[in-house]
Amino acid sequence: MSEQTVMIQNEEDTLLSRFPKVVRKDERKGYEGYVVEANALTDFARTLRDELGYDYLSSVTGVDYLPQGQMEVVYHAYKTTGGPALVFKVQVPRDNPVVPSLVPIYPGADFQEREAWDLLGIKFEGHPNLKRILLWEGFHGHPLRKDWREPYFEAEHKPYKSRFPEGKVFRAEERNPFGKNVDYPAGFDPAQWTPDNTNALIYEGLGRVEKASDDLPTEQIVVNLGPQHPSTHGVFRMVVTLDGETVVDLEPVMGYLHRNHEKIGERNTWLMNMPFTDRLDYLSPMSNNFGYALAVEKLLGVKPPERAEYIRVIMAELTRIQNHIFAIGMFLNDMGAYFTPSLYAIEERELILDVFEAVAGSRMMVNYFRFGGVARDIPEDVMKKIHDLAFERLPRRIDELDRYLTNSEIVRVRGEGVGVLTPEQAIAYSAAGPVLRASGVPYDVRRAEPYSIYDRFDFDVAVRYHGDVYDRYLIRMDEVRQSIRIIQQALQQIPEGPIMSGKPQYQHRVPAGESYGRVEGPKGELGFYVVSTGKGNPWRYHVRAPSFINLTALAEMTKGQKVADTVIILGSIDIVLGETDR
Amino acid sequence: MDGSGILKGLGVTIKRLIATYVDDFKRGKARYRTDEGIAYRSSAEVQGIFTIQYPDEKLPVPEEFRFVPFLVGEEQEDGTLDPRCTACGICTKVCPAQCIWIVRSKDPKTGRPRPKPAEFYIDIDMCMNCGLCAEYCPFDSIKMDHNYELATYDRKADNIFDLQKLLKPVSYYAQIRPENYKREEEARRKAEEAKRKAAEARAKAAAARAAKAKAKAQQAKKE
Ligand code: SF4
Ligand code: SF4
Repeated sequence: MSEQTVMIQNEEDTLLSRFPKVVRKDERKGYEGYVVEANALTDFARTLRDELGYDYLSSVTGVDYLPQGQMEVVYHAYKTTGGPALVFKVQVPRDNPVVPSLVPIYPGADFQEREAWDLLGIKFEGHPNLKRILLWEGFHGHPLRKDWREPYFEAEHKPYKSRFPEGKVFRAEERNPFGKNVDYPAGFDPAQWTPDNTNALIYEGLGRVEKASDDLPTEQIVVNLGPQHPSTHGVFRMVVTLDGETVVDLEPVMGYLHRNHEKIGERNTWLMNMPFTDRLDYLSPMSNNFGYALAVEKLLGVKPPERAEYIRVIMAELTRIQNHIFAIGMFLNDMGAYFTPSLYAIEERELILDVFEAVAGSRMMVNYFRFGGVARDIPEDVMKKIHDLAFERLPRRIDELDRYLTNSEIVRVRGEGVGVLTPEQAIAYSAAGPVLRASGVPYDVRRAEPYSIYDRFDFDVAVRYHGDVYDRYLIRMDEVRQSIRIIQQALQQIPEGPIMSGKPQYQHRVPAGESYGRVEGPKGELGFYVVSTGKGNPWRYHVRAPSFINLTALAEMTKGQKVADTVIILGSIDIVLGETDR
Repeated sequence: MDGSGILKGLGVTIKRLIATYVDDFKRGKARYRTDEGIAYRSSAEVQGIFTIQYPDEKLPVPEEFRFVPFLVGEEQEDGTLDPRCTACGICTKVCPAQCIWIVRSKDPKTGRPRPKPAEFYIDIDMCMNCGLCAEYCPFDSIKMDHNYELATYDRKADNIFDLQKLLKPVSYYAQIRPENYKREEEARRKAEEAKRKAAEARAKAAAARAAKAKAKAQQAKKE
């Protein structure tokens, strides 16, 4: 027995003996982890965190098992020292799903529990602020429930019967005219609706609040940054309570771009989801493809051939490079260096996108990965392009960017010591990717739990220790350099051979079970939790979106800072709203 | 913090700025609005400014570039196009946006389905340009186009493409995707050859069998 299996065995013994009767192993075929009784959940989680070292709660989500009449909450916890996940679940009756909140133990569960409440209607007892997060208060029902239907409903699953062989075309909007395409909860009249107290501030443009304790009779004001604001990189709102110029509190408001990606995903066939993942974080589509492919391949039990593995790694690392330099460029925009740095960054990005376009057919909506391989091989001339980029141009240009920005006094003065997140906070808030690593936690999925062929490459996990905005800038520079190293090695090692294992298929019979595929995306850990019931469509399709979860720590980072700094703090997290809102 | 960092940074921008003018000077008129200029400005060798002045200038697209699909039609002698499509319906089943609509044609006498589309629609407002239809069509009938300038004034009238609008000749396909076309023709030729060979071999075997039987019969007669 290897060391790891011994350790897991010990963990299992500890947990099962510590919690007799209330914790059992999940025995369903294709499932893993533990099933915990709701009333034991808090103790269980505390044991995990404090005794077994599972200090990082990565993903929280719910699954509606309609036929069994159950709601299940699924947790994935990790050790920041590396290793596989510990999965645990709570099952509660569907008609009254109440689960204790884990926010007191893992603050990173905050937004994710709110999301599960919003989309699935699971109540988290003890949650400090359990209200909708992606949808608004006038939304009817919880859309990810299996018995929820959109006002214009065609069928439970694609492909729709109406398309063939009698495909008389019509537009959905003809059958679902504007104005009649919304359901409100019973008794809800949007014209009469006024937000309750907790929401009032959010909906008010500019409000005043009494200051709680001060000798001087002064007021604080509430400012809405966004949703239409150049600094928010899309439609995103920060409701900031200010005392003078100092931020007292901040509440992120999101969901403006919400399209219920997950419901769409559960209507889709397995393959159809691939192009949809491009549209999550549209700046790094290759990584999204990667994560989803891994999750489904785990269930299918297929492995891509060698050459495909290398192609995947090359594409994923190119994605990271273009994402990071773009993030740096935009971050400089937020700082006020209007568009010159970002133009320089975009130039390199364009060259990388040219590669994507030539290989995958599209610059951003790549739809390139398939279960068991990739869609197309890299043509000879494009291979040469990648080669030139990795060995010549990119290293040179990164050095130039470095000379240009890193020691600029303006960047340093504005960045150093601003928006600090300590390592403890970063872990507690489930921050991921550059945000986590800039706070001194060297956690990188490529190293902590290597997937694909990442264990073959020689690279360093970039880490910085101040946890401020400036370090988040630096760490992206570091990571670009590491990615170049990986690409260089991959280019030297890549073998000839097939790029798909098995025949290309469009209908997949995925064995029943659950799986969680995660990759180190440019923005952090990107995970796909899928549940199959053996049919042609996923039963559950959940995305652990780093852009979304990294925002959990935003309030903490901005408190006590100046209002002007909230903009660069947000910029330093690097979010994409397509992924945040899903 | 003596400002040297800023100065060094400014040095980078100045270098870039100068590079643009030096390049303009070196390459002269050829730098703008010529294919050569565009290719240069979008290459990794570019110095100075690299932007393309769309729509006066257009970036060439690579062969694999994909935009809203079209249907490949074999050019007939009378100038019409005969769709390769056999109305198998696979593309309607893989399409993630479910924006392909096909009415299969029927034999007017027997009412039995015929392998041809009677109607074929793609709602290009919904099409997400994913290319899955082209990837999984077993008859090389639906392919992704290169034309990305599809803006219209009236989406209701113009944006559902019918068979007429979707059909384009094989020669067009061969022109925008030469490599793919070559590969597919090669595969088709090989498949046909194999088929022919198999048929020949079958015929030969049958002939041999017949000859043998004949010889046997003759033998029997003799005896
Ligand atoms: S898959 Fe090809 S042959 Fe089949 S219906 Fe579609 S276009 Fe026609
Ligand atoms: S490109 Fe994709 S979305 Fe468009 S018609 Fe083909 S399969 Fe459908």
